[in-house]
Amino acid sequence: MARTVWDSSVGKKTVMAVSGLIMLLYLIVHMIGNLKIFFGAGEFNHYAHWLRTVGEPFMHYEWTLWLVRVVLVVAVVAHAVSAYQLSRRDIRARPSKYVHKKPRASYATRTMRWGGIILGLFIVWHILDLTTGTVHSGGFQEGHPYQNVVDTFSTWYGNVIYIVAMLALGLHVRHGFWSAAQTLGAGSRTRDRALKTIANVLALLLTAGFIAVPVGVMTGVVS
Amino acid sequence: MTTYAEYQTGEPVVDGKAPSGPVGERWDTRRFEAKLVNPANRRKHTVIVVGTGLAGGSAGATLAEQGYHVVQFCYQDSPRRAHSIAAQGGINAAKNYRNDGDSIHRLFYDTVKGGDFRARESNVHRLAQISVEIIDQCVAQGVPFAREYGGLLDTRSFGGVQVSRTFYARGQTGQQLLLGAYQALSRQIAAGNVEMHARTEMLDLIVIDGRARGIVARDLVTGRIDTYFADAVVLASGGYGNVFYLSTNAMNSNATAIWRAHRRGAYFANPCFTQIHPTCIPRTGDHQSKLTLMSESLRNDGRIWVPKAKGDTRPAGQIPEDERDYYLERIYPSFGNLVPRDIASRAAKNVCDEGRGVGPGGQGVYLDFADAIKRMGRGAVEAKYGNLFDMYQRITDEDPYEVPMRIYPAVHYTMGGLWVDYDLQTTIPGLFAIGEANFSDHGANRLGASALMQGLADGYFVLPSTINDYLARNPHHEDVTVDHPVVQEVRAETEDRLNLLLSVDGDRTPDSFHREVGELMWEFCGMARTDSGLRKALERIPQIREEFWRRIKVPGTGEEFNQSLEKANRVVDYLELAELMCLDALHRAESCGGHFREESQTADGEAARKDDEFAYAAAWEFTSTGSAPVLHKEDLVFEYVHPTQRSYA
Amino acid sequence: MKLTLRVWRQKNADADGAMSTYEVDGISTDMSFLEMLDTLNEELILRGEDPVAFDHDCREGICGACSLVINGDAHGPERTTTCQLHMRSFQDGDTIDIEPWRASAFPVIKDLVVDRSAFDRIIQAGGYITAPTGAAPEAHATPVPKPDADFAFENAECIGCGACVAACPNGAAMLFTSAKVNHLNVLPQGAPERETRVLDMVAQMDDEGFGGCTLAGECATACPKGIPLVSITSMNKEWLRATRKVAKR
Repeated sequence: MARTVWDSSVGKKTVMAVSGLIMLLYLIVHMIGNLKIFFGAGEFNHYAHWLRTVGEPFMHYEWTLWLVRVVLVVAVVAHAVSAYQLSRRDIRARPSKYVHKKPRASYATRTMRWGGIILGLFIVWHILDLTTGTVHSGGFQEGHPYQNVVDTFSTWYGNVIYIVAMLALGLHVRHGFWSAAQTLGAGSRTRDRALKTIANVLALLLTAGFIAVPVGVMTGVVS
Repeated sequence: MTTYAEYQTGEPVVDGKAPSGPVGERWDTRRFEAKLVNPANRRKHTVIVVGTGLAGGSAGATLAEQGYHVVQFCYQDSPRRAHSIAAQGGINAAKNYRNDGDSIHRLFYDTVKGGDFRARESNVHRLAQISVEIIDQCVAQGVPFAREYGGLLDTRSFGGVQVSRTFYARGQTGQQLLLGAYQALSRQIAAGNVEMHARTEMLDLIVIDGRARGIVARDLVTGRIDTYFADAVVLASGGYGNVFYLSTNAMNSNATAIWRAHRRGAYFANPCFTQIHPTCIPRTGDHQSKLTLMSESLRNDGRIWVPKAKGDTRPAGQIPEDERDYYLERIYPSFGNLVPRDIASRAAKNVCDEGRGVGPGGQGVYLDFADAIKRMGRGAVEAKYGNLFDMYQRITDEDPYEVPMRIYPAVHYTMGGLWVDYDLQTTIPGLFAIGEANFSDHGANRLGASALMQGLADGYFVLPSTINDYLARNPHHEDVTVDHPVVQEVRAETEDRLNLLLSVDGDRTPDSFHREVGELMWEFCGMARTDSGLRKALERIPQIREEFWRRIKVPGTGEEFNQSLEKANRVVDYLELAELMCLDALHRAESCGGHFREESQTADGEAARKDDEFAYAAAWEFTSTGSAPVLHKEDLVFEYVHPTQRSYA
Repeated sequence: MKLTLRVWRQKNADADGAMSTYEVDGISTDMSFLEMLDTLNEELILRGEDPVAFDHDCREGICGACSLVINGDAHGPERTTTCQLHMRSFQDGDTIDIEPWRASAFPVIKDLVVDRSAFDRIIQAGGYITAPTGAAPEAHATPVPKPDADFAFENAECIGCGACVAACPNGAAMLFTSAKVNHLNVLPQGAPERETRVLDMVAQMDDEGFGGCTLAGECATACPKGIPLVSITSMNKEWLRATRKVAKR
């Protein structure tokens, strides 16, 4: 079965849809967690600590977090590899372009590929910035996420990178969620409006929720 | 020197295959008497099938299912595109699902009568019997016929009959049936039982020792001319309506396969029996390349009329009710707008000839849905005919919900074709003709929804049974090879013809000649024919032919994709076929079905058949180009349906 | 009307192609697009030039032969086939670009003519119901609920023209393949081969070199028969169902 799925263009799309939905679910949780920053350093840092102790005493310290990380890495890799291979196929299938060019499809659809690449690069930067601290602007302090976030969004480039990535995320989710529903066969004529609405709401909430943090830092609400 | 019109009458041609006995048992008897080919030996037999429409597609698939090796050809880029696909209305079957008094015998009776008593009773009865099996077969293949809410098949009444026996798939019945046959054929192609040559056109027939043994065909992409060999050849190449230039046929439908077979010895029967369909969209100008049919089903609810006064140019809406002439309802009160096609067409021509036609050039009559919209509501009309109304609006830019449609008759179907016996075998042993390509079961006029029935009956059921008999009786022939002198000769003739076309380098296009001969045929061999008119046409056609070979211009070469060359080569054959059609029309000095001779009408202007003189099928034998052919008559005997003057009043 | 045409000219499959410019005059608004091209070709023949090759046959919008990309739109600006497009959709003095379907699975044969045999092979892979002639049960033996029959018909309307592939930014054949899969898979007659049909047809579609679906929706917009985008969703569902079922066997 795995072979059938991976060998087929429809199967690879399924892989993309499932991995995309896993990441989407994670993003919703992640965004809600981020918003705790508006309740002050204590609550935010406490929340960050809690993430490491989830599941105790059944789970050891950070086990759950690592489990989530593993699932996410698998999802990202599966999503990216499928996307790369499918894109290669798509480009091969249409080698010569039309002389008469026309703007096509919605903005979100056309920017799925570029948006995906932007998001991929963003994830790398984001981890190096706020998880490992490798490229962090201020003095990265393990266990003090509140301050780390404030530091990042105190630089102009930190804000630009983050906000651009979150706008890309919104567009990506907007088409991606609806698209995943179609790939998984969940779409139908009667459900189409609902699915598009959910996709739009999700895209909007995620973008707004994530961007609220840098905006909060910039406006001094968070400091 | 004798002229073309001074034909000789030869020996009668006899259908030796139809068994005698009660008409309802003949098909069973024939199937039992026919010899069979051992299933293990079928693989060794190759059958060529030319054409992939309803008849060809179904025959190719069924022969392959039986185990024969089938080599099949179509000029289109895919077997799915044959012109059967354009049939709109439906397919008849004597299922009697409506319990409205239908039966095999009634379908048989209606078809013989509808054909104006110029068809063979044995064949028509077989067709009516098989009609029932066709529906079963198509449903099993997944043809999405219209259904009722209970999940059972819906039927409707259609052109010229009073029972609901027409099965349909909205306005696309032909498409759906063809896709069914195409899918069955595709299965056999995948299984390696059918070798399919798309974009390949048959250009001649190879006859060796009096038997059909193969064809010469041109690959339309590379221009390569090849020969293909078989134990039997089946022509399913459709009708020859395109001889008229403007018709409802597809642009590339052509007569070459049957005409070349005719030249090689197959008799051509009743070439003048052409069907002019009453409900087509009128032409708009000289640029017109083809005519579009509006399904006859529109006549179920639309009312046909013209103004009572000559030259009335007021818009339809401004002509008061009492100044309109609903002429079909007036002349034929019991059938009204539902009279058979030939009658409806001729009536339209008459009112236009009187100067009461509407639209540009006065070549049209109204088909008005105002009453239907009032009675049923616009929604119901839309549900029933929406796609046809859209099509009309797209072509004419007029909204048929607001203004009446304009319609005019156009050439639609050819009842004539290669003469075949009960086994569908032509006068060349081993050469079979099925579907519209043969002279068919429709006599002088085909009823609506009967073409699909006949094509599929021939292809799915008749030919696959009868061809066994031929192959079983002629099991071993020497293999034909390309070196055979006959093969070399036929091939060389084909190449010479194409080279000649390319070398003339004149100043007229193939289309201009096609248009010229087409207009001539429409004028003199169209809806109404006269002795003097036909003689005029017979005088003119050889002149056009002569001019053709002097002035034709075909660009490019033969070794490439060359659509002008394809076209020119088809016109060559039209220029000969047209002559035979006119001669047949001239010799048949009676009116019957689609063939209306002005000299032969009743006092009130109806067609007058002359059964004592013309109750026969006219099968013509080719002699040489421009020389008088030989007429062979097949007498028609009516034991069950006794000829009467058709009355739809 | 007077028009300027820029037409893709390509001698054969191996030659390089380019756009050539032609002027046509005296075009009537009642002409179909193909009749306008006929007019051009008649002139070209008389001038001793090679006429423009294009596929066409029924000219009633049902055979699916005609296949032109007009000003960047498959079948031109109206939702119909090229043969049913009329010149009243254009203005006097317009410049019109005419190109062939573009997809690596549809190689150009000459000028505007492409090879669409890949579609036939997709059907050969499973786009049929195995029902040999003579083996059919009585037609009323299996009632088909009207909604299913209507759904089958809606998908069966596909004319196989390839506009979906031409319009798709990825050269994908998902709309075509899904139309055929859905038509047969919803019917009780098609049920025994339901799983193999969708798996084999999708596999063949991939083998032919068509692209994948990004649900851009261009195909459904271009489809002259209005096959909806949701057909692709239905096929995806069939495909997943079949994959699960076959894995269990």
